[in-house]
Amino acid sequence: MIGLIVIILVSCSFLCLFRIARGPTASDRAVAMDILGIMVVGFCVVVSILTGKEFYLTTAIVWALLNFVGILALSKFLEGRGFDD
Amino acid sequence: MNEYIGFAFIIIGALFDLFGCIGLVRLPDLYNRLQAATKCVTLGTCGMLFGAFIIFGFTVSGMKAFLCAVFVLVTSPTSAHALARASYVSGVKLWQGSVVDKLKEDIEKH
Amino acid sequence: MRKGVLFFLLFLLWILLVWPFYHRAIDYQSIFVGAIVSFFVSLIFGELFTESPHKFLSVKRYFWAILYLPVFLWSCFLANLDVAYRVLHPSLPIRPGIVKIRTRLKSKSAITALANSITLTPGTLTVDVCEDGYLYVHWICVREIDVEKATMIIVRRFENLLERIFE
Repeated sequence: MIGLIVIILVSCSFLCLFRIARGPTASDRAVAMDILGIMVVGFCVVVSILTGKEFYLTTAIVWALLNFVGILALSKFLEGRGFDD
Repeated sequence: MNEYIGFAFIIIGALFDLFGCIGLVRLPDLYNRLQAATKCVTLGTCGMLFGAFIIFGFTVSGMKAFLCAVFVLVTSPTSAHALARASYVSGVKLWQGSVVDKLKEDIEKH
Repeated sequence: MRKGVLFFLLFLLWILLVWPFYHRAIDYQSIFVGAIVSFFVSLIFGELFTESPHKFLSVKRYFWAILYLPVFLWSCFLANLDVAYRVLHPSLPIRPGIVKIRTRLKSKSAITALANSITLTPGTLTVDVCEDGYLYVHWICVREIDVEKATMIIVRRFENLLERIFE
């Protein structure tokens, strides 16, 4: 059961990596980075169920929030404006 | 019993993740890719976290999974919105089969 | 007032994050530390939090918010099935375009919630938000170009509920 879920998630990550390697513009790569960041939350859930430890879910919360802040900064940079408005 | 329901949620979520990533590879244009990927991956990951919440029950782990599901559900569309706007401003074109572009018309009008 | 609302929200977040209710005993130390920390944080950052704190007190809004949740989740699920159908179809049945819609919601939190709901529901993605109540929406299968008709199709089902929650 767990093996099937891990196989699905790993193939998702490889599809995202394909888009990062292939993407014609920088924005495509940013989108794929965003999706890959949410994938990591899914891996955290799987590892947490496998081991029964709770700090992997803490890692998942922190990762989701940091991914959000990082994507916002990246999109401000792509938009070509400063970080202050 | 709870474990089976939780694993059903997790497998359905992982399948939606897979559909979203196939969309990320197959669709022709940034906005379509963003659309497919954001919808499917958000609901898929929320489904996985909700399955973990059902498996763990009302414990420390379960409540953390629930809180993380709420965070993902709130932050993911916001970052998609920011990326779509940033890539439109930075000049990413729509697919050539697009029907209408009201935003471009309004920018040219002003 | 504002500080009280922020204190309550932070304390709720802390309780959910720590979850100090074990089988029999309650961990009073965690609750006490959370109360102290959220008191000082709300004392410092209370002024930045919200524009109209009296909206948090009316019970009716919470009722409509609970009613809004299943509507939103159901259309979110339908959106996922829609995307799965379009992606797995061999010939990619898409017909994309950016349309313009008009909303009558005024407050910032209501427009944010509307934009997030539009992003997660079938076939649409908010691209830009204008100051005067116009939203630019990327639609994966354009059915209507006109502003009013597109508004009817995309926003009407959420707008009535969101108006009762946030306005």
